[in-house]
Amino acid sequence: MLRKSLIFLAIAAVASLAMSLAQAASTINGAGATFPYPIYAKWAAVYMKETGNRINYQSIGSGGGIKQIKAKTVHFGASDKPLDAKELGESGLMQFPMVMGGVVPVINLKGIKPGELRLSGTALADIYLGKITTWNDPVIVKLNPGVNLPADKINVVSRADGSGTTYIFTHYLSRVSAEFKGKIGNNTSVSWPAGVGGKGNEGVASYVQRLKGAIGYVEYAYALQNKMTYTQLQNRAGAFVKPDIASFQAAAANADWAKSPDFNLMLTDQPGAKSWPITGATFILMHTKQDKAESATDVLKFFDWAYRKGDKLAEELHYIPMPESVVKLVQNSWKKDIRDAGGKAVWNEARVQK
Amino acid sequence: MAIGRPDIPDRALRRQWLLDRIFQGATQVSAGLVLVILLGIIVSLFIGGWQALNLFGVGFLTSDEWNPVTDQFGALVPIYGTLVSSLIALLIAVPIGFGIALFLTEVAPHWMRRPIGTAIELLAAIPSIIYGMWGLFVFAPLLSRYVQPWLQDTFGNTAIIGALFQGAPLGIGMLPAGIILGIMIIPFITAIMRDVFMTTPKFLKESAYGVGATHWEMVWNVVLPYTRIGAVGGIFLGLGRALGETMAVTFIIGNTHRLSVSLFEPGNSIASTLANEFTEAVGEIHTSSLIALGLVLFMITSVVLALAKLLLMSLERRDAVKH
Repeated sequence: MLRKSLIFLAIAAVASLAMSLAQAASTINGAGATFPYPIYAKWAAVYMKETGNRINYQSIGSGGGIKQIKAKTVHFGASDKPLDAKELGESGLMQFPMVMGGVVPVINLKGIKPGELRLSGTALADIYLGKITTWNDPVIVKLNPGVNLPADKINVVSRADGSGTTYIFTHYLSRVSAEFKGKIGNNTSVSWPAGVGGKGNEGVASYVQRLKGAIGYVEYAYALQNKMTYTQLQNRAGAFVKPDIASFQAAAANADWAKSPDFNLMLTDQPGAKSWPITGATFILMHTKQDKAESATDVLKFFDWAYRKGDKLAEELHYIPMPESVVKLVQNSWKKDIRDAGGKAVWNEARVQK
Repeated sequence: MAIGRPDIPDRALRRQWLLDRIFQGATQVSAGLVLVILLGIIVSLFIGGWQALNLFGVGFLTSDEWNPVTDQFGALVPIYGTLVSSLIALLIAVPIGFGIALFLTEVAPHWMRRPIGTAIELLAAIPSIIYGMWGLFVFAPLLSRYVQPWLQDTFGNTAIIGALFQGAPLGIGMLPAGIILGIMIIPFITAIMRDVFMTTPKFLKESAYGVGATHWEMVWNVVLPYTRIGAVGGIFLGLGRALGETMAVTFIIGNTHRLSVSLFEPGNSIASTLANEFTEAVGEIHTSSLIALGLVLFMITSVVLALAKLLLMSLERRDAVKH
């Protein structure tokens, strides 16, 4: 008797669960870049609480995200690397920047405080090329008058796994050093001529903290959370800047989004005396032709909400929100580029606001 | 027998026969499925890696260049790293595993055998990522501070071996990866050796002691010949695990596609290359090269298993001739 009623209870519970799932408004699936995962997950959780709509984001990597959206297994893809017009056109995709982050050189040198050491782009490139091998190299000494630099060997640490962080970092070094561009180049993973490779930001961070005289590069948030010794960098205007939200935002504000078709723009080495030179946006990929207009609208509603209400959450996690002007451009492109099966625009602000 | 209702045994029999058939069918299908899955993996690895194999040909196995920017891929560095780190692991794990197994079966007092045996089985159950983290945060600093400088001082200037111990003692590289792998496979080798050592019949051992053999003579002349086949099987099982180990190696091998003789320098293994690069491999040739790398690992493991089988067969044949 007891067993029977237990079974009945179980069935009832399952049935009511299924019904409540069916009633939940919608579920959106996205996949891609690992770099923005913490903020996408945070936004999704708060959005779920406010609207009841579920957003699943799987951080499988930019490469995976691009493959999944091309195969239409997800509603949106995410990539740290913007696709060019040709690839977008061929696979019927459009892209827009969602949120920004910065990449920061970190070092492990006795007696050097965070933000004390100054590096130039070419010096950083030469360190990663294996040309500058000790900390008291004349190039570094010249950049740091008055700083007592040891004769220690520089232990170069890079990211071993393919990552958007490496893409942004090598993009910057390729821009400031012709030799780096020719010998190593710009990609999510490259063939480093010197040093050791750590897996993930945490891998690089722990190698840098472990090895004496090490230099590495990590996302800004990791440098902050692990209280690592970051360096100043000389930007395009010739000024030395520290990595913080203000210098990242300066880079974004000075970038010319309006003249970059498909938002295909990397934020490295931007003009402006306050710009942090290794800044990057992360991108969302969607199909231009949507067979199911409703789910596309649901996706865009979420991103619209994130642009309007997600800034504070982003800053808490040390991401940089997109400037207002860029958000306008993005929403215009939604209207222009994303169509349903009948060719009608999917995004309609008037409908959403109400 | 039920006299009044002759239909019952008949029905019961038929039911049993049917159940038997179902059981037999299920086991057959399961066994067949293993072959189908194995074949499926080989075929899909081959199809996925075909583009790279076709493009680079034999050069895929002999080139040490691995450059995603220029789309040039050669597997020599990861193949070398996989083989060398596993070899170091075996050099460490086989003697130690053998010693522990021997101690547990022949030397240790009885009350000690069970707790130590259980502890070893528990060691085998620790997830490999824990070994990796321990390796990076605890073991590597000790290694770079004490062990590696000592190795350099002692062997650094020796003619041929000296080349193995050059470079900065970072505590990260081929040697640390091999040592961690060795520690990881000790429990496997120990557990299997202990189990096979215990199969040695008591009367054989007692006879050996009876004619005045020492512990060591008894083990060398009675236990080892009797259990040789099983012990070799255990070693190869450990080797198989070392070849495919991913996370622990990734943590500590240094993940660098550079070929160097020195064991202190960072290197790469096939499994950790796959773990590192698969998610963000955007280019078709990069992805295809990674899958081809998977195929190479599959081949290496198959060759190792085949060699193990051959060795076991020749051992069995020799035994048969002797008796």
